[in-house]
Amino acid sequence: MTSESKPYSGDNADGAPLPAGGPNPPRAPEPETTAAPAASAAPAGESLARDAWRRLSQNRAAMASLALLIAIILVCIAGPWFLPWGLAEVDWNAFGTGPTLENAHFLGTDANGRDLLTRVLYGGRVSLSVALVASFVSLVIGVLYGAISGYLGGRVDNLMMRFVDIMYSLPFMFLVILLMVVFGRNIFLIYAAIGAVEWLDMARIVRGQTLALKRREFIEAAHALGVRDTKIVTRHLIPNAIGPVIIYVTLTVPKVILLESFLSFLGLGVQEPLTSWGVLISEGVDMMESAPWMLLVPSFFLAATLFCLNFLGDGLRDALDPRTR
Amino acid sequence: MTQPLLDVDKLSVTFQLPTGPVTAVKDVSFSIAEGETLALVGESGSGKSVTSTAAMRLLPELAKTTGAIRFNGENLLEVSAKRMRRVRGNDISMIFQEPMTSLNPLHRIGRQIGEVLVKHKGLKGDANRRRVLELLNQVGIPEPERRFSSYPYELSGGQRQRVMIAMALACEPKLLIADEPTTALDVTVQAQILDLLKSLQTQYGMAILFITHDLSIVRHFADHVAVMRQGEVVESGRTVEVFDAPQHDYTRMLLDAIPRGRKVPAPADAPVMLSARDVKVRFTTKRRLFGGNDHFEAVRGIDLTVRRGETLGIVGESGSGKSTLGRALLRLLKSEGDIRFEETDLAPLDKSGMRPLRSKLQVVFQDPFGSLSPRMTVGDIISEGLKVHRPEMNRRQREAEVIAALEEVALDPGMRNRYPHEFSGGQRQRIAIARALILKPELLLLDEPTSALDRSVQVRVIDLLRDLQAKYGLTYLFISHDLSVVRALSDDVLVMKEGRVIEQGPVETIFTSPKEPYTQALLKAAFLEEEVAA
Repeated sequence: MTSESKPYSGDNADGAPLPAGGPNPPRAPEPETTAAPAASAAPAGESLARDAWRRLSQNRAAMASLALLIAIILVCIAGPWFLPWGLAEVDWNAFGTGPTLENAHFLGTDANGRDLLTRVLYGGRVSLSVALVASFVSLVIGVLYGAISGYLGGRVDNLMMRFVDIMYSLPFMFLVILLMVVFGRNIFLIYAAIGAVEWLDMARIVRGQTLALKRREFIEAAHALGVRDTKIVTRHLIPNAIGPVIIYVTLTVPKVILLESFLSFLGLGVQEPLTSWGVLISEGVDMMESAPWMLLVPSFFLAATLFCLNFLGDGLRDALDPRTR
Repeated sequence: MTQPLLDVDKLSVTFQLPTGPVTAVKDVSFSIAEGETLALVGESGSGKSVTSTAAMRLLPELAKTTGAIRFNGENLLEVSAKRMRRVRGNDISMIFQEPMTSLNPLHRIGRQIGEVLVKHKGLKGDANRRRVLELLNQVGIPEPERRFSSYPYELSGGQRQRVMIAMALACEPKLLIADEPTTALDVTVQAQILDLLKSLQTQYGMAILFITHDLSIVRHFADHVAVMRQGEVVESGRTVEVFDAPQHDYTRMLLDAIPRGRKVPAPADAPVMLSARDVKVRFTTKRRLFGGNDHFEAVRGIDLTVRRGETLGIVGESGSGKSTLGRALLRLLKSEGDIRFEETDLAPLDKSGMRPLRSKLQVVFQDPFGSLSPRMTVGDIISEGLKVHRPEMNRRQREAEVIAALEEVALDPGMRNRYPHEFSGGQRQRIAIARALILKPELLLLDEPTSALDRSVQVRVIDLLRDLQAKYGLTYLFISHDLSVVRALSDDVLVMKEGRVIEQGPVETIFTSPKEPYTQALLKAAFLEEEVAA
């Protein structure tokens, strides 16, 4: 029916439209004009993710942080297998000794004669996994919830955000205790409880971003193209809201690690003999004067992890923004 | 005249950027005598604002300035920071382009104006208030007593600019720097503000350094003109002389960059492409639990018809509902009334019902910076529509189409893997046009497509739009406040005000013999007569 609009296809010698389904349609030979563009620009056919990775790999601080972070994770996973002491194993000859090569207490022992390095690595497994799972849960739920709520707007937005308000107003401890009563004590409950609370902030942040973004003309242009709502949210809204999201995730991780130690301190989190960085640090604080290494060692691990995450987060934010070169 | 009031002598400004030094202003010299107006003219990036900011010593730290800026013989680049604070606001003051953002939204305007008087004149209490009221009166704010305690949001754009002028005049400066003071305003308001500046200038006997890109303003307003390009003054002299006999090619090009020509009319028997009856758009301004909601009618019953190959220009000032009407016609907004596209009634269609039609109805928006997602490559942006409407295409086929579309808008297809921020405004607008064209639309809604662009770029984009229309028999809905552009592109014009059609008809009829007073005022304010004569 649209005979007049046809001429589009014919006039470009090589852009010969749609060699329908032909295998390997000849790629339009680069016209002469292509010679010009500066070679410094992005190489051909890169997605944002690949492009971002290229930019991230040029950021030395971020790459060093990434390497250190991976090293810490690997050591926490594999380290305990190579150490002679077990998690709850007591060395009756060494109560609260400092770092020494004797008996392989490389970083000393705690007041009960348990090897500190072993405990820090086991604790790292707990802290890192809580941090990872809870942050991931808050990231996924929060971003989707916030983006959908902000994008749909109106009544749906109202309902969705009132639900968030209700969740906010639930006392956190009450929620945890309730979960404990119903499901019994379990490490997964910590994940669930922290995840259930942390996504609320994220949802609010993303909703705010979305509200600002959805008035932008490129969103309207997508509507005019007939792009589906789901695609608008995933392809246009979320990538453009990613900056604050990444910053917030790097802030969530330390928050989650501390929240876990707080729960454990109240007897609602991990139980002896299992431990976590937060628990080790709070034990270390008690022994600060007589056995400073008990505070310093787990603190060092925690601080190093958070340090790396901050640098990595900054690097990621910059890398995901094509405007920073 | 022994000594000029402001004498800029071989001024250079270099920004020490991490990527290396960038020279924004090179060896610029000009001078302004007392009571005189000098216009600094240039396109974006020509360094005109940097020059004026340097005169106020408001440049960021990383800018290095050489040369001299002598104000009454005193080199402002060398005086102490303390002395400079005395000069600013007292001897030299400044008004900016954006009246919306240059007032602090949290303070009442009386206090904002009064602050300057407290600082420089030590005027407090009643004396302060009296002077502020006097100023508000002078700049033509109605009911100054009441406006004294208004907040900026309660004022219109034109009124805010008047308040800015009142602030700038508070200490009776000898020099006023006006940086694009009317660019953000409607044409009729623009004319009023210029008149105001002119009368205040004679009253206070101050000199004005007027920075603008709009040559028609310069001709009416300035005694002298300096044309800037890429940080250098290419030509300067008396306005009349420069305009009548431009010496430099660039000046000639600028003066020449007026959309010319008229559209070749579409055949009279062309089929109707889009028709609308009694279109209304209402926005809910306040939701109530009981007793209904509050509404604001942005579009109040509009009829229109566009034939294939025609261009309908929709003209109006800000808030007239022209953009809202455009969006409603493409069903990007909910509306009442009948809208027919070819044979299809659009009114009952929902989102998925509209989707197949979307490829035929495309849009190009005003802001080339906002209409392209900053996180997608140009290739992805242009090919997005293909993913929706031609799902059978594979990557390579899409790429071939993208290359063809980019060539169509005269952009280098090799740039398709770059991101929008690497392109200039004009190039981005071409990208936006390519995104619409790749779907082979029949009707294109152009919502102020040239307003954010420099004149010379504007003319090229208009040429492009014209060529494309001729080549593919496109139908345009052209929304603009720029009458010269509308005149060059349209068959018919529709003048809107407050959601209603004021006047409607063939373009020549409207432009040569407008019937309604509003249309006449619009045309007069746009300084069109001269442009046509030129």
